[in-house]
Amino acid sequence: MDTLLPVASGGAAGPLTADELRELYSLMVAVRHLDTSAIAWQRQGIIPGYAPELGQEAAQVGSGYAVDTTRDFVFPTYREMGVARTMGVDMVAYMSTHKATWHGGLYNPMESRLAPIQAVVAGSVLHAVGWAHGQTLDSQDGVALTYFGDGASSQGDVHEAMNFAAVMKAPVVFFVQNNGWAISVPTERQVAGGSVAARAAGYGIPALKIDGDDVVAVLEATRRAFAHARSGNGPVLIEAMTYRRGPHSTSDDPGRYRSLDEERDESGIDPLERLRQRLLADGIADEAFFAEALAAAKAEEEQIRTGIQALGSRPGTEMFDLVFQETTPALQAQAANWREESEHV
Amino acid sequence: MSNSILENVDAAGDNTADDTVTNTAADSPASTTVMSMQQALNRALDEVLAENPKAVIFGEDCGRLGGVFRITDGLQAKHGPQRVFDTPLAESGILGMSVGLAMAGFHPIPEVQFDGFAYPAINQIVCQIARMNYRSRGTMPMPITLRVPSFGGIRAPEHHGESLEALFAHVPGLKVVSPSNPHEAYHLLKYAATRPDPVIFMEPKSRYWQKGEVDVSRHDAAGSPTGAKVMREGRHLTLVAWGAMVSRCLQVAELAAEDGIDIEVLDLRWLKPIDAEALAASVRKTRRAVVVHEAPLTSGLGAEVAQLITQSCFDTLKAPVERVTGFDVPYPSGDLEDEYIPNIDRILFGIQRVLEYKRG
Repeated sequence: MDTLLPVASGGAAGPLTADELRELYSLMVAVRHLDTSAIAWQRQGIIPGYAPELGQEAAQVGSGYAVDTTRDFVFPTYREMGVARTMGVDMVAYMSTHKATWHGGLYNPMESRLAPIQAVVAGSVLHAVGWAHGQTLDSQDGVALTYFGDGASSQGDVHEAMNFAAVMKAPVVFFVQNNGWAISVPTERQVAGGSVAARAAGYGIPALKIDGDDVVAVLEATRRAFAHARSGNGPVLIEAMTYRRGPHSTSDDPGRYRSLDEERDESGIDPLERLRQRLLADGIADEAFFAEALAAAKAEEEQIRTGIQALGSRPGTEMFDLVFQETTPALQAQAANWREESEHV
Repeated sequence: MSNSILENVDAAGDNTADDTVTNTAADSPASTTVMSMQQALNRALDEVLAENPKAVIFGEDCGRLGGVFRITDGLQAKHGPQRVFDTPLAESGILGMSVGLAMAGFHPIPEVQFDGFAYPAINQIVCQIARMNYRSRGTMPMPITLRVPSFGGIRAPEHHGESLEALFAHVPGLKVVSPSNPHEAYHLLKYAATRPDPVIFMEPKSRYWQKGEVDVSRHDAAGSPTGAKVMREGRHLTLVAWGAMVSRCLQVAELAAEDGIDIEVLDLRWLKPIDAEALAASVRKTRRAVVVHEAPLTSGLGAEVAQLITQSCFDTLKAPVERVTGFDVPYPSGDLEDEYIPNIDRILFGIQRVLEYKRG
C-alpha cells in the first residue's frame, strides 16, 4: 500500500476475523455469479443490457463492507452491483435498472443508504460532498462514500468535488476503481501521470493507492479512510488498482481495442481465486465451504432472476407523477391526453 | 394607431428610465413599506432562514460580502456561517453540492452570481437537480431554490446579461419564476424557497435598486403566489412580459393610453409552469397580444406564449401574436445593449403591427 499523504490511524478494527473473511468470500461469489449470470440474461433476452464488473469484486465487496448503513451514505455509478449487494440492497429492485424498468432502480435510496444508480460519469461525486457537508452542519458522524473510475477522473466535477471537500473538510471517501479502461481508452491515455491518487496531494487530501484485487487490503484501507473522515479529519481518496475483465457493457466489443493475450497478461490473478487460495492456505475455509458458497450464490441468482422476470413495466402514469412533488397543470393536461390517446390505441 | 403615439415616445426622451412606483404611501395599509428589490429579497431570505432551520444559503461571495449585489447582506452575521457560507468559485460544485444537501434533508438556496455563470453548472442542473426526484421515484425530493441574477441592462461584462428562461423552462423537472417588482420579489422568493421542488429564481438585476411598495402581510387580493398577474387592466391589447420588461410594458401602456389605446399588462411571473388560463382569459378579452422578452427571438419563451394564446384564442384573435424580443445575437456589450433589449419604441412598433393587421 502506498500512502501518499498520512491518513490518521486509530478507530479501525484489528485484523479481520475468520467469519469476516468467509463472509467476504461468500459475498464475492454471490456477486461474481450474479454478474456473469446477468450477461447470460442479456443474451437470453431477459434484460436489454448490463455493465459487468467482472474482476472488480474485491474492490466493490471490500469497500462496501466498510459501510455502516445506519449512518453512512453511498454514491454509486452504474457499475456498483457488488457494492449494492454487499450493503444488502434488494437486488431485484437494484437489477431492475438493467431490465429498463426505471433508470435509478426500484430500490428506496433513502432506506438503502445507496443513492440512485447514476448514469452520468462523475455525476454523483459532488453529491457526496454536499451530503457529507450536511453531516458537518448537523453535527453527525456519517461518512459519504463515492465511487468513480479512471475515466471519470478526467471530468471537471471530480476536481471540483475534491477541492470543495478539502476546503470544507467534508467527511468523504473518494473511492476510485481504476480498472484500466474507460470503454476503449486505457488509463495511460486517460490519466496523465498514471495515478488518480497522486492528484489528491494537490488538494491536500490523503490518498491510498492499493491493490484493488486484494479484498482484505481494500477493506482495511476503506476502514482506515472511514475512521479518518469520521474523526473530522476531512476527505480521503482511495485508488483501487483493478482490471475490467469483461466488456464495458453488453453492447461493447473489446476485441476492437485489446487482444485476449493482452487481457490475460494485464488482468493478473482473479481476485476471487486469490481469496480462495488465501483462505485455503490459512485454513479458514475448505472445499466444502466453497461449494456451499457457490450453491448459495446460484440459489440467490435464481431467486433474483425469477424476480426480474416477474417484474412488469411501471404504469405510464409514473412518467408524469414522479417529475415533481407538486405537479403542474401542464403536466396534468399531458398526462390526461396521454391516457386518453393510449386508451384509444 | 396614429403616428402621434410614436411622436409621444420621442418626446418622452429616455426610453430606459423605467421607474414607476404607482402606489402612493397614502393608499397603503400599515404593513406596507417602500423598499428596493434588493431589500425585499434580503428580507425574504432572512425570514426563510428564521422560519426553516434546514434552509442554507451559499455560493460565491454570499457570506461575508453579502453577495456582489448584496442580496445576502448581513445574513451570515445574523444566522451564522453554518447557514450562510462562501463556496469555492465553481458553479458545478455549488449546484452538485446542493443535490447532496437536499438528500441530507436541507433546503439549499444556492446563488449563481450571474446568469452566464449557470452554464458551467448546466450538467448538474439538468442531469441531477431536475431529475433526482424522478430518478429516485419521489424518495429524494430536490427542494433547491437557485437564485440567478438575470437579464441585461447594467452595462456589465460578457455573460453577465443573459436571459436563460427558455433554456431552464425546457428542462423537465424544473420550475422557473421571475419577479418584476419588490413586492413580487419578496412574496415569490418566500414562496419558492418553501417548495419541495427545484425552482430557478431569476432576479431582474437591472431592477434591484428600484423601490416600490411591499406589503409583507399579503401577496395580493387573489392571494396566490402561483400563476400570472394582471398588472394593469385594458381592453385593446395584452402585453405579456416578465422580469424587468414588466415595468417597461407598464410605461408603454401609459403612453398608449394617451392615444386612447387601452393596454392590459400581464406579468407572467411563472415561466414554468406558464399560466395558460390567465393568458387565455386576458386575450379572450383583448383579442390581441404582444409578448416581450429580452432573450433572443428564436425558440424563446415568446414562442411558447404565442402558441398557448393561439391554442386558446384562435377564433377570436384579431392578429397573429407579435413578439418583441432580443435578437439572435450574443448579448452585446454595454454600448449596444439599449439597441438589443426591447425598448419603448420597439414595443410600440409591435403594438402598431398588431393593431394595423388586416386579414389577407
